[in-house]
Amino acid sequence: MKDKRMTVEQAVAEVTDGMTIGIGGWGSRRKPMAFVRALVRKGVKDLTVVSYGGPDIGLLCATGQLRKAVYGFVSLDSIPLEPHFRKARQNGTLEAVELDEGMFLLGLRAAAQRLPFLPTRAGLGSDVLKINPHLRTVKSPYDDGEELVAVPALNVDVAFIHMNRADAAGNGQALGRDPYFDNLFCMAATKAFMSCEKVVSTEELVRGGPLQSLLINRMMVTGVVEAPGGAHFTECPPDYGRDEKFQREYAATAKDEEAWKAFRAKYLDVSEAEYQKAVAS
Amino acid sequence: MTSTEATRADVCALAVAECFRDDGEIMVSAMGTTPSLGARLAKSTFEPDLLMTDGFNLLLRRALPLGAKPSDDDVEGWMPFGAVFETLWWGRRHVMMGASQIDQFGNQNIACIGPWENPKAQLLGVRGAPGNTINHVTSYWVPNHNARAIVAKVDMVSGVGYDRAASLGPDGSRFHEIRRVVSNLGVFDFNTPDHRMRLVSLHPGVELQQVIDNTGFELVIPDGVDTTPVPTPEMIGVLRELDPQGYAQKEVVV
Repeated sequence: MKDKRMTVEQAVAEVTDGMTIGIGGWGSRRKPMAFVRALVRKGVKDLTVVSYGGPDIGLLCATGQLRKAVYGFVSLDSIPLEPHFRKARQNGTLEAVELDEGMFLLGLRAAAQRLPFLPTRAGLGSDVLKINPHLRTVKSPYDDGEELVAVPALNVDVAFIHMNRADAAGNGQALGRDPYFDNLFCMAATKAFMSCEKVVSTEELVRGGPLQSLLINRMMVTGVVEAPGGAHFTECPPDYGRDEKFQREYAATAKDEEAWKAFRAKYLDVSEAEYQKAVAS
Repeated sequence: MTSTEATRADVCALAVAECFRDDGEIMVSAMGTTPSLGARLAKSTFEPDLLMTDGFNLLLRRALPLGAKPSDDDVEGWMPFGAVFETLWWGRRHVMMGASQIDQFGNQNIACIGPWENPKAQLLGVRGAPGNTINHVTSYWVPNHNARAIVAKVDMVSGVGYDRAASLGPDGSRFHEIRRVVSNLGVFDFNTPDHRMRLVSLHPGVELQQVIDNTGFELVIPDGVDTTPVPTPEMIGVLRELDPQGYAQKEVVV
């Protein structure tokens, strides 16, 4: 089997200006933040991000690298409203595609199944159809003739996800209680990169948790990056919880340009190793 | 809180619990403090078959106090987000959401204030509100009833109200039901010929004029408005056990 291990820099080298990026996790939970930080260091711009949004969207708003966000919500969970995302929306600097959370899932599934769309009732009657004039409805071809929303596939160029454990070949394990939709992000993508807390042998991976925790198989993954603390400051149970203090510090920088500059210099304009050292102290 | 006298928050919790009466074996998702407390009261007393999570991904067989961490013995099942979506599309769910704005036909907004294209305030985004409201029963909780929250027309329809549902015809609207709105002042429903919001009951100590003054449209007010039931001493005992820190007492504006 191929050894797909690489560095975060090698992974984000695949991302160029204007690309559409899928980001796994949910809100401020198991987000592939080491990849997001690498995108910031690389300075790639005009990105579209497709995400159950959290600080991934917020950070890329703050650095001005995000042109467009596709989301059902953007939240830091313990801080319900993501302040950097709010600022970008309120300043009119961000193009937005706001979908119902379930519609978003169907868009990922459609992409993973190579379908143009999947039908749903979600969205009918709401302003989601008004604010997204690109959305169409479809009439059931059967006798019921019911009109449904045709959620278009959310295809992405590159997907980034973070797992607890992985092997070098690209099999990945989520040890927390919610797998979220990281497998679908990989399948919706042309290329997918997986970071993990620890790369282990395949034997150790299989023994490390129930078989159902092996959410990602190696077909789904182009590259594997060992990135301990790679989801920080979001939670990555059972390895670590959310760093609430750090998250509050991050959130506060939306109101204070000087604080943002200092945050950026200390935590973002540095390597991943220096970041991990800075947050450990 | 050790008093056995019912507070406004206790009355609200019972009014929330009553929204789930006769729901039986379905999943209740109650967003926020008073909805969580009310749903737990229902499960602990008259509606024991309800399925409820810990707010994350564990289904719990018994109602725990707000903020308590479940032990293994409390768990009866698994409900990660993927299963939540399947359940809500299946329709076996009653959600109680909050509302930054709610209007006379029960349209709800949690997305933004001002025009969506150029919002004055970006809020959560529509989250699951469009899918919830068109697929299964929904109720709402408003802790601070005022004319900025209870409005003639919402800025952005996140959760679908009765006028929007009706425009879809019988197919599109057949799973739509806004059961009730509970606020800190009273209980409301949409059981009127044109599904306009109606006052069902006033909480004890609330004057009708107070509700009228704090509502941004003309409510349907039936003859002889009821007073919202007050929890029994036994129920107040259950409420004290379910909310030992008194979180709900702090949330409800009197």
